[in-house]
Amino acid sequence: MSPMIQGLITIVLGVGGCIAYFWASNLLLDKVIFPATGPNPGRNINRASMWRPWLFLFPALFAMGLYLVYPVVGSFIRSLYNRAGNDFVGFGNYETMFADEGFRTALLNNFLWVLVVPAASTFLGLLVAQLTDRLSWGNIAKSLIFMPMAISFVGASLIWKFVYANDSDIGILNAIRDFVGLGPIDVLQLPFWNNFFLMVILIWIQTGFAMVILSAALRGIPEETVEAAIIDGANPFQVFFRIKVPQIASTIMVVWTTITILVLKVFDIVYTMTGGNFGTEILPSYMMAYMFRDDGRATAVAFVIMIIVLPVMIWNIRQARAEMR
Amino acid sequence: MDNIAGTKPALVWVTRISVILLVLLWLLPTIGLLVSSFRDRDQITASGWWLAPFAVEQNFQFKASAGNAVEEDGLFVLRGDILPEDGATIERFGGTRSAPTAFAPGETADLRRDRFLTVQENGDFVYTSAAEITRDPNVYFSSETPPDFSTDNYDTILTSDNMDRAFINTLTVTIPATIIPILIAAFAAYALAWMDFKGRGLLIAGVVGLLVVPLQLALVPLLQLHNAVGIGQSFLGIWLAHTGFGLPLAIYLLRNYMVGLPKDIIESAKVDGATDFQVFVKIVLPLSFPALASFAIFQFLWTWNDLLVAKVFLPSNSESWVMTVKIADDLLGSRGGDWGILAAAAFVSIAVPLIVFFTMQRYLVRGLLAGSVK
Repeated sequence: MSPMIQGLITIVLGVGGCIAYFWASNLLLDKVIFPATGPNPGRNINRASMWRPWLFLFPALFAMGLYLVYPVVGSFIRSLYNRAGNDFVGFGNYETMFADEGFRTALLNNFLWVLVVPAASTFLGLLVAQLTDRLSWGNIAKSLIFMPMAISFVGASLIWKFVYANDSDIGILNAIRDFVGLGPIDVLQLPFWNNFFLMVILIWIQTGFAMVILSAALRGIPEETVEAAIIDGANPFQVFFRIKVPQIASTIMVVWTTITILVLKVFDIVYTMTGGNFGTEILPSYMMAYMFRDDGRATAVAFVIMIIVLPVMIWNIRQARAEMR
Repeated sequence: MDNIAGTKPALVWVTRISVILLVLLWLLPTIGLLVSSFRDRDQITASGWWLAPFAVEQNFQFKASAGNAVEEDGLFVLRGDILPEDGATIERFGGTRSAPTAFAPGETADLRRDRFLTVQENGDFVYTSAAEITRDPNVYFSSETPPDFSTDNYDTILTSDNMDRAFINTLTVTIPATIIPILIAAFAAYALAWMDFKGRGLLIAGVVGLLVVPLQLALVPLLQLHNAVGIGQSFLGIWLAHTGFGLPLAIYLLRNYMVGLPKDIIESAKVDGATDFQVFVKIVLPLSFPALASFAIFQFLWTWNDLLVAKVFLPSNSESWVMTVKIADDLLGSRGGDWGILAAAAFVSIAVPLIVFFTMQRYLVRGLLAGSVK
């Protein structure tokens, strides 16, 4: 069966199945299990409305439990076994991993990514948001800077391969070097600095995201605060740094953490640009190097990523709870 | 605000110029790729894409056919035109491989052993030799060729490189993976927004937590699970995986939106005797359309652009490759130096997301704001 037809059938079955489930389970609850007739209809209605939320939630909870909660436990357990999965080795995988030079490089590089990419994207996003705030054609400018968001990491990597190409007739970077009289260099093979050239790609993609959110936040600032500052004689820089930025600090924090999480997941850029060579490995790409070869090691790397994400997760949950109160 | 204190005209200009520079900086890489995708392979390596509108100087080799030689005044003479098309001009020429551009047009090159070569600017050449011409003589020249834009790269990539197959595969992965989570998430979001029950706050916090669980954790255990229940690496497997991974964001976005719906409508419907199921289907779902659209766009872009999940949950043979895998694992290796083909492939893969992006940007922005601003 061709995958296309299989896909159509899956859509029909999936959507139809969902509707059938919700319709039938509600009917079952109202008419068969707790009917609003018989000896005590009032109690039955109360019971039915106690159970109904769980009917609504069940498919989602089941899918999330299976695809997101179980793997946390499953991965951790798997990481305690050897490559073949039949021998319990305790924290052996973690020990060999931390002793591995490649893993330490990946960990170090990942910390660089987490430091640089969210900071640069948020800063540039804020800058563009502020600069375009009062421009009549600001929306067009913003839309163009936002555009890379729609491009895949693989596509973006290819786009930047052209920019970095080690040939002054293809790569614009080397063309500029050529123009000022410098020889061509392959920036992807420059030790240490090549990491930053890879980060540029993600910053290029994420600046638009930061800009859109921060621009909305800037619009939400009460005019009076800005006007009062101007009347008091503040110059534009003081207005921006002392009046506007403090008022959107919490949004800046949200943008920053969202990008941080993303940085810890993206393996595509390193995989496409350098394949992890020349000292550019990061944890997600290091994990993919072991995927299909040594599941014990791969899950151990994944669990290290989870531990790095954990503080952000806790912070997010606390924010959400505080907001609900 | 333009005329009040605190804004200076100089600063306004600085602002405008820096915005223009930033936008150019952001667009430049993509424009480079777009221009390159329409250029001929030889032209790409001969001059940068920023020089694409201008003529390119390229080196050529022409093999004159010895059979056309005629005998004139005791000399063997071979005449002809080395330029295949009009509009181009000869810049330099030469008669040997070691010095292919030693002479200017109009000059006569002495090729030793009584052989001479003259090439005119328009491509006419005269080759004379005292001995009979038995082997085809080579003429080397550099010429300015006019810019050559065509869709050849796209033709190649779509017909001979299986990219059409990858395009269909991507579409096959994306559409069910976008549609199926929506309904499941909508019901759950309604329960979390409008039904009162014990543990609701805890569940919402749980969803927020699951938003950031790294996908990397899910790969090994779920692939084992899929293998154990017989799904294995297949399209069904990737639809299920994308559905599971997309649910937290879907529920979170939809709940945030549904909570903001006017309370009166929902309560008066309930007073009139509507059940939760009816309220959901007839009132909440239609009103939530903007949020549903936002999520659908997110999920579409994310599944279309995904490389990680496709690499793990789809079989790794060329029949099942989606476009991202095709580019990253196949084309970058087999077509590594063929920039025109690579650029065309990249554009085929990013065209649909770009169209979706520019036509539905409004919903995308709204979704981002609902998901992030607190």
